[in-house]
Parts: sequence; C-alpha cells; structure tokens
Amino acid sequence: MKKLTTTLLSSALALGASMTAAQADKLTFYCSAQEDWCQLMANSFQDATGIDVSMTRKSSGETFAQIRAESSNPRGDVWWGGTGDPHLQAAEEGLTMEYVSPMRDQLHPWAISQAESAGNKTIGIYSGALGYGYNTDLVAANNLPEPSCWKDLLKPEYKGHVQMANPNSSGTAYTTLASMVQIFGEDEGFEFMKGLHANINQYTKSGSAPIKAAGRGENTIGIVFMHDAVAQAVSGFPIKVVAPCEGTGYEIGSMSIIDGARNLDEAKQFYDWALSAEAQNLALQVNAFQVPSNKGAETSPSAPDMSTIKLIDYDFKKYGSSDERKRLLQKWDEEVSVLPQ
Amino acid sequence: MRGSSQDSTSHPVLTFWVVAGWVGYCLLPWYGVEDGLWSFQWLFDGYPFDSDYAPALFLIMQGEKLWLAPLLIPLILPLLVLRKVKSDPLYARMLVLAGALGFGWLIIQGFSIGIRGFNYDWMKAVFGDLGDRQFGMGYGAMLVASAFLFLLTQGIAARGAVNGDVFVVSAIGGVITIVTAFVFFPIAKMLFAAFVTEDGSYSVGVFVSKFFDDRLWGLGCLSGGRCGAAWNSLFLAICVGFITTVLGLAFALAVTRSGFRYKKAMRALTVLPIITPPFVIGLALILLFGLSGTVTVFIADLFGVQPTRWLYGMPGVLIAQTLAFTPIAFLVLIGVVEGVSPSMEEASQTLRANRWQTFRTVSLPLMRPGLANAFLLGFIESMADFGNPLVLGGNFDVLSTEIFFAIVGAQYDQSRAAVLAMVLLFFTLSAFYAQRVWLGKKSYTTVSGKGDAGVHPLMPKGLSIPVLVIAIGWAFFTAVVYCMIIYGSVVELWGVNNSLTFKHYVTAFSVRFEEEGIRWTGAAWDSFWTTITIAAIAAPLTAAVGLVTAYLLTRQSFAGKNAFEFGTMLSFAIPGTVIGVSYILAFNVPPIEITGTGIILVVSFIFRNMPVGVRAGIASMSQLDKSLDESSLTLGANSWQTFRRVILPLLRPAILAALVYSFVRAMTAISAVIFLVSAEYDMATSYIIGRVENNDYGLAIAYSTTLIFVMLSVVGLLQFLVGRVQIGRRTQIGTGRST
Repeated sequence: MKKLTTTLLSSALALGASMTAAQADKLTFYCSAQEDWCQLMANSFQDATGIDVSMTRKSSGETFAQIRAESSNPRGDVWWGGTGDPHLQAAEEGLTMEYVSPMRDQLHPWAISQAESAGNKTIGIYSGALGYGYNTDLVAANNLPEPSCWKDLLKPEYKGHVQMANPNSSGTAYTTLASMVQIFGEDEGFEFMKGLHANINQYTKSGSAPIKAAGRGENTIGIVFMHDAVAQAVSGFPIKVVAPCEGTGYEIGSMSIIDGARNLDEAKQFYDWALSAEAQNLALQVNAFQVPSNKGAETSPSAPDMSTIKLIDYDFKKYGSSDERKRLLQKWDEEVSVLPQ
Repeated sequence: MRGSSQDSTSHPVLTFWVVAGWVGYCLLPWYGVEDGLWSFQWLFDGYPFDSDYAPALFLIMQGEKLWLAPLLIPLILPLLVLRKVKSDPLYARMLVLAGALGFGWLIIQGFSIGIRGFNYDWMKAVFGDLGDRQFGMGYGAMLVASAFLFLLTQGIAARGAVNGDVFVVSAIGGVITIVTAFVFFPIAKMLFAAFVTEDGSYSVGVFVSKFFDDRLWGLGCLSGGRCGAAWNSLFLAICVGFITTVLGLAFALAVTRSGFRYKKAMRALTVLPIITPPFVIGLALILLFGLSGTVTVFIADLFGVQPTRWLYGMPGVLIAQTLAFTPIAFLVLIGVVEGVSPSMEEASQTLRANRWQTFRTVSLPLMRPGLANAFLLGFIESMADFGNPLVLGGNFDVLSTEIFFAIVGAQYDQSRAAVLAMVLLFFTLSAFYAQRVWLGKKSYTTVSGKGDAGVHPLMPKGLSIPVLVIAIGWAFFTAVVYCMIIYGSVVELWGVNNSLTFKHYVTAFSVRFEEEGIRWTGAAWDSFWTTITIAAIAAPLTAAVGLVTAYLLTRQSFAGKNAFEFGTMLSFAIPGTVIGVSYILAFNVPPIEITGTGIILVVSFIFRNMPVGVRAGIASMSQLDKSLDESSLTLGANSWQTFRRVILPLLRPAILAALVYSFVRAMTAISAVIFLVSAEYDMATSYIIGRVENNDYGLAIAYSTTLIFVMLSVVGLLQFLVGRVQIGRRTQIGTGRST
C-alpha cells in the first residue's frame, strides 16, 4: 500500500515537474546541513522536478541571522537542515510560515510532535542524539581510562583533554547544556557543567569542531552529536563513539518555509519532496548518519541505533524558547565560563 | 570677460551630465531589474511600458509612482543656464539649486517610500495609506542621482570653491557621497542597534550594561583567570603592529640596501602570505605545531616532553597574524624606503657622517611616515582579523570573533555586537590619532622637481647582519609553512593516511570535454569563476577610489578635510563581520537594494580595501614635492591634467600596491564575505570554509593552493603591466655604481 502511495506521489511529482519545467521555475534554498548533503539535495531536487535551485549553505545560527535580517524583504524560500532550536526560534518570531504537508502520515511521531509544538511552522527531517567521541590513540598514549558516562568526564585525569563548543555560539553545545539541566536537574546540571569546565581545554565556536579536532589528534574527547562522531570514524579517523550511560538529549534537524517566500509553490514542492523516503535516503550517500524522519527511509548500519540509546524526554518547547535559552546561557556565562581552569 | 574665451558658453562637462540626467529619466528602467545588472532581458519584455522596467517618465505618463514627477523641475532648471557663462552668478546658483533639489528629493522619496508603502508611521498618519510601493534603485535612478550630484558640484565650483576647480570639487563630492552611502549609512544603521532593547525601543541603559561587561574589560588574566576580549585584542594588535613593522622594515632594507644575492626570491616570498586564503596559514601551523603536529611530535620524542596545546591561544594567533600581515608592512615600507632620495643620504655622507649615522639620523627619520603607516595597518588588520583567531584562538577571545558570534550565535545579540564594534572602533581610531600626532607637521618630502640623482647607500654593517638574519630566518619559516600547505594538498587524509594522491585536485577542478565544449565538472569551479570575476571588477575600482582620495587628502585643502579623511579611513577600522551584517541590514531594502547580488560583494571590497589604496597613495604622495604640481599648474594644465600626467606616473608603485592588494584581498577576504555570499554568488573563501568545517582539509587546501598560484600569476602580470618604476636617475644597487 505504501509502495503504491509513493509511486502515485512520485508520478504526481513528475507530472508537476513536466508542467513547471517549461516556465523555468526557481527555488532559493537555504541549507544548514553539511556541504555535500546540501549539494546533493539541491541537485536531486533539481533533477526530480526541473526547478532551478540556488542553494546557500550556512550554519543554522548564521542562516537564522540572515533570515532575520532579511525579514522585511525575504530572499530565501525554504530552509532545510540544522538543529531544531533556531527553526523553533524563527517560528516563534514569525519568520517562517505554517504549512501542513500531505506527507505527514509517513513520519515518525517525534517529527510530528516537533511540528505541532511550533504551530506547524517547522517539521523534523532527521534526529540525532548527543554523546561524545574520543581519539583511541590519544587515550592509549596518555594511559587514560575509557569513559562511558557523562560523569566520567569529570574525572581529574581528563583535565585538558575534553573539548566542547561554546553554548553561546553553537546549537550543539546549547543542546548539551539543556540536556544536562534536564538529566540532572538545574542545580546539579550546572554543578556538572562547572566540573566539566575544569577539564575543558577549549570551547570551540562550531558545534562539531571538537570531534574533528579529536580526529586529527588535536584533542582527546569531543562532546558532539553522535552522528558527527560516527562520520569521523567512518572517514578513517581513530574515533570511538560513546552513548553516555545516564541517557542523553537529542536534536531534531528541521525544515521551515520562510514567511514571504517569493517562490512559495516551489518551496512547498521541495518541502513535500524532502519528507519523502527517497529524498531522505540520499543522506547515506554523503555519510550523514542521522536518523531520518520518514518511517520508510533506510538507516545506515554505522548509524547509532536510536533504540539502544537511552533518550531523555527532551522538552523542545521549553528549551527552544528564546527566554529560557537566554536565561540558561546567561547563567552559564556568569557562573561557569568565568571560573578558573 | 563675457565671451572672451572659447569655454565661456560651451560647457562640455555640464552638457554631458544634463544629457545623462535626461537619459536616466526618460530611457533607462528606473527600478532595479531583478534578473541582475547584466541581463538585458527587460529590453524585450514589455519595455518601456511594463511597470517593472519602465523609465520614470513612462511611469508618470501612465499615472504610476507620481512622487517621481517633481524630479522634472531640477532636470529642466540647468537647461536654462546652458548658454550662460560660468562667471554669471545665475549659472552657479541655478546648478546648485537644481543639483540640491534633485538629489535631496531622490533621497527623501527613496527613504520614505519602501516596499510596503510609506516607511514611517507618521507619514501614514498624515498622508493616509499610499496604496503603492517601490523597489530598489536601478540604472535610471542611479544615473539621475549621479547627474544631480555632479550638477551640484559644478555649481559649487562655479561659485568659487577650491579655486573653481570642477575636477577637485566633483571628486570630493563623489567620494563623500559613496563613502556616506556605503560606509556611514550602514554603520549608522548598525550602531543604532547598540541602543535597542529587546522589545525594539531605544535606551541608554542597554548600552551601558553591555559596555561595562566583564567579558569585555575583565582583567582576570593578571591573576590566573581570563582577560576581557577588549584587552586581548588591544595587546595582540600592538604586538602584531610592532612585529610586522620591524619585519617589514627588515625585508625592505634587505631588498633595497644590501648586497644580498637572492633578493628577488625574498621579495616573492614576502608576497606569499598575502595571497593565501585566511584559514590556510592557521591550518599549516596546526599541522606543524599542534598537539599532533610534525614538529611537536618530533620534539616530544627527542626530549621526552609531554606535547601541549600551546599553539591554541595568543601565541598561535600572533604567529599566524605576523605571517599574514608582514607583507602588508613590507608593501607599504618598500615604497617609502625606495622613495627616500639618495641625495639626502649622499649629502650626509659628504658631510662626513658614517653609514650608521646617516642611517640613524637621515634615512630612518625620513621613513617615519612609512613606519607609522605600517604599524597602523598591522594594528588595524590584527584588530579586524577573523580567520586566524577562529582557527587558532582557543580560549583567547578577541573582539572580532566575539562580534561574529554575538551576531550569528545562539544569543543573536545585535546590540552587543554593536557595542563591541564601537570599542574596536575606539581602539583603531585612537591608533590612527596617535600616528598623526607622532608624525606631526614635519615634512618628509624628498623627491622634488629639482636634481635627484644617486643610489641608496648600503646599510651599515652593524645593522645589515641582524636585518639579514631576521629576514632570512623569517623567509625560511614562511617557506616551511608553504611547503606544508602544498604537501597537505596531495595527501590522502591529513595526519592519518599520508599516501600521496591528486584526488583532491580532481574533485575540485576536473573538466570534461564534450561536444558542446568544456564542461566544468569540478566542485570548485562555480565559486572559482565568481571569485575571479568579482575580484577583477573590484580591484581597479578600489585603486581608483583610493588614489583619488589620497590625492585630495595630500594635495588639496578644503573645509572639513579632517572629517573627510576620517570618513575614508573608517571602513578599514570596522571589522568585516560588522560590515557584512550592516550591509545586509542597510541594503536589503530600498532605496539601495543589492543583497544577494554580485554588486554587494564588489561594493564591500571597494570600501573594505580602499583605505590601503589611500594609505599607500598618501605615503608616496607626501614624498612628492608640491613644486611639481605647481609647475604643472603654472604651465596651464588644470588639476585633472596634473593628476593624470604628473602625479599618477610618479605613483606607479602605489598604484601597483593598491591594485595587487585589492585584487588579492577580494580573493582571500572572508569576514564580510561570509554574510554577503548568496547561492548564485558564492566566493572561494566561503566555499573553502565549508570544506574546513567539514574536516575535508584535503579539498580545502588543494583549492587554496590553486588560488595561491592563480594570484601569483595575477600579481606577476600586474607587475609586468604597470611596469617597474624608476624615480629619478637611480639605478639598481649592484648593477650601477657603488657608493
């Protein structure tokens, strides 16, 4: 039955494509996933529909800043990828548009609940759990124990060996902070961050930088999303991925249509296409190991198996709101980042 | 007087601008054409009646955009005085009136009526809802605006300003207008944000609380903690300014005043870091000195010490910036060191001073403008640098990165970014002021119209040995860094799998030959061609604007000259990140609507790099005696002819420096670019950063290496085209007579 729907849908898409191709339609596509994934999405959509796609890749924070700056005269049509918080924030500020896709019934419940929490202004396209990875060579060379829980990272042996991004600049690190607050409670969560602070050698600016540095041997342990760590391991770097024993938070990579989009029909067409199983299967071609939101999409054998990871009940609505975010970040700035290391 | 000479009743310049105004009003599309500046699709697409492409006149005749109708008055006014003589007071008055009226009305209507009708609530209250809207200015509006501007300047000149010199007044007016539009306007828009509270109203308290922030001014590093970003930036910039000036001087002396044999090679080497995309030096340093770097591991094995992360923080940033900015100091200083007239030095020697005394009391003091400029450039460049602190900064926060992350970060705090930008601006402007005080009002003129012969003496022995040691040592270090870069581009996976491969070059730059011709299949071609095009357009424009400005600053005196100089240097003191965001804010909406186009990139490069052209021009021009201009003027040339025939030829080193610098910077700049690139106009650097972010160093470095070679050939070509300059009758030391 599902097969039939997909066939019907793709032929409908193809029909739409042949009708629209003649007019040389275009779509301005803001992409916040990794470069090659963005390229692949743009090209595949172009091949599937004949719509001319112009793609810009920027991190989700940068894209959010751009959409906000352009809000009185939007340039972009659709924003795909990147962690969910900026998407939620954009929805909250009315920068993105409400849209209910006919593809919804094919999605995992977490993707739909993400959409509903934002008034249908965004939707989940993939999810990834937080964790950390370590460089096995460096751990062996420095005779360090192998960590397996969040609390392990507080051990004094790891002093100067742990790296995470600065929560002020990185969505990943903010997710870490919010997860700790949710796992341990606010007070103990901040105690954890303070203890971690003593072992941190650098707060990087970008979210996945810590594990990349670990891959190159410039750092030992990097707190990142597990799929980023897996990607490093798959590219040949000596990285071992850890799903912390206490449980962990996760992100939902999202997609939104920009309010006031100049090519609204094409944006909707892209939106529906990006939720299809075929579009989501493209991730495997570019070593993106997130879990796709379409139930029918394939997952990689290298991807962290979400069912074995202890996921917390992450409150996206609360921790994605700008007020809570500002409060937590300010608290982190004032109580954690100023401590001596 | 009346009718006494041939130029009294025919005004070719005036006629030109009057015609231009009418052409812009009646023939060219008034509003921006969405398909881009170079697309002429509109000619066949309903022009001239389709309201998207219609000229202003056709719009009015169709009863649309009636607020453009009043512009007819200032367009008609100058027609009345076309047959009048210049000295007629009516001539001047009419032109000033027409220019001011037209230009003023253009601005007023541009800012009041935007994409959603009236821009201000009070206008809606007074005039009611407009029910119409307008987009950004297009060819027509731009041409009409320039016409009004130059009518105004001609009117002012006719009234006797700057001795009635039309060229000088128009140049001043032109520079002021573009600097206002592309520097002051966006910055003002941005700085207003410093006082904006979260709910959108204005308050001084917000500014104060953000200004006196511990993250900005904390002094924790004196007691083992961390210092504020402001102190970090200041300290770093002073170190970088000082070190780059010393190294630049050492290179300049080694090249011009020593018998060192491999000067050419050394000269080429100093150009290398400047043509390197920003992240690459940082990456190479990590490969050498990082925790798992080649040198670190080697030393750790040799001495059995524990490798550390010393590179991440102030030391790494300092080394990388010194590598990157020494060539700028060199480029400034070489012109000055070459420009010191040997006659002075010979006179000193004739008076029995030895080489050391000559150098210390004659040559060195004459180089002061160059030294001060080199320090200032190093200082400002370090303050504004963004790429190196990003890669190597570790926990060493500096203002430029803080600004970037205040804007793009999860906090998205524009007003904090604006406050940080103001602090940065304060530092750079203070340095600017200090430099002027140090230079004082002394004269550094040595090249005059009078006899100027001889060759530079060699450096004194006591000086030449340390200079050569420093220069050769640094040159060697630079060479090692570059070997690492080339090596990095041909290994499989940096640091893990060191087998050699060309696959990164193939991925980036593969081409396929098909029936229809060459298919550029490589991943990098798109951004590569865009970058080359944009850089090639921006470079000559930058040099032109910069040198004209330098000419006005050194050679003309007019009211408000200091403010003028301040304005033209301002954009240099503002970090690119701020420029980027302020440009998006200012130019995303009418009247100037250029975000997402290639124009905004070109414009940002012109105003980011113009100050270097200005500084290079000033440094060289302050060494040219005014008697040269005066004799040219006495012989009946006007100031434009003097500028073109006398000053420009003597300025060839400065022109070359400005051209090279702006081309190269346009290809390697990142901080402003990252905000301004769009899907259609992606630049090489932002593409490379995408690869770096992805840990795909191989491709990033292969692309950077290619860019380096491209720029090397361009620099060589420019040098060949502009030609080696010979001032006076000097010959190269070593080939000519010895001292």
